[in-house]
Amino acid sequence: MAGRRKAEVNQKSCVACGACAKACPIGAVAVWKGIWAKVDEAKCVGCGRCEKACPASIIRMKEVGA
Amino acid sequence: MKKKKWYDYLWIVSAAYLILGCFNILFAWMGLLCFFIPLILAVAGGDKLYCNRYCGRGQLFDLLGNRLRLSRKKNIPGFLRSKWFRYGFLIFFFIMFFQMLFNTYLVFQGTNSLKEVVTLLWTFRLPWNWAYHGMAVSPWVAQFAFGFYSVMLTSTVLGLVTMMLFKPRSWCVYCPMGTMTQTICKAKYSCGSCMKKEEIQA
Repeated sequence: MAGRRKAEVNQKSCVACGACAKACPIGAVAVWKGIWAKVDEAKCVGCGRCEKACPASIIRMKEVGA
Repeated sequence: MKKKKWYDYLWIVSAAYLILGCFNILFAWMGLLCFFIPLILAVAGGDKLYCNRYCGRGQLFDLLGNRLRLSRKKNIPGFLRSKWFRYGFLIFFFIMFFQMLFNTYLVFQGTNSLKEVVTLLWTFRLPWNWAYHGMAVSPWVAQFAFGFYSVMLTSTVLGLVTMMLFKPRSWCVYCPMGTMTQTICKAKYSCGSCMKKEEIQA
């Protein structure tokens, strides 16, 4: 069962470095076509590691309805 | 824990590059790989696979900042991640790169003589003559090596400073190669027909 928090990427400011994808323990984040990072919300467990790794600080954890 | 692949050790190559340049400047030529591989992957593959997977420098900063805890892990200031700074830095980097190529040309032509210095941060001229053992190659080959090593050392120093002050991979935010490859990718997929709207919004 996935958690209640999900990672959300501010795609406009994403630099597509892939630090988030490397930090994600379950491979729920990937860089889409070298443009920005995309989170697979179905997989995301809301651990927040991508948020910590993001050098541009453009990933936020958002609460999702229980 | 994800299983480590061979490309997770490319930080060793990046570190070795910087060290080898202290012994023989001609190793600096190998740095061209860091220029051409990302561009080829972006133009041919249409992604930032180099940044995402192979960049040894990114791995090195990650290692120093996270494993060795040398990073404060603070958020990067807004202006450093703004578009004008990223593209401005790219343009500045290009200008300095072409100036370096022009210097190489002047040495090739014979107008200037070889200067055995490494210019740090485009300003400080460090004597580097111990890493050049003369005569085996044309002077312009060595001049390019000194110039290219200056570029690589300067960007490493900038990357190290921002690694310590902000997040480990802060360099990636304004890395000219990263900005360039991302621009190529954006251009590749912004041609309407090849970009599916729903994929963008997803």
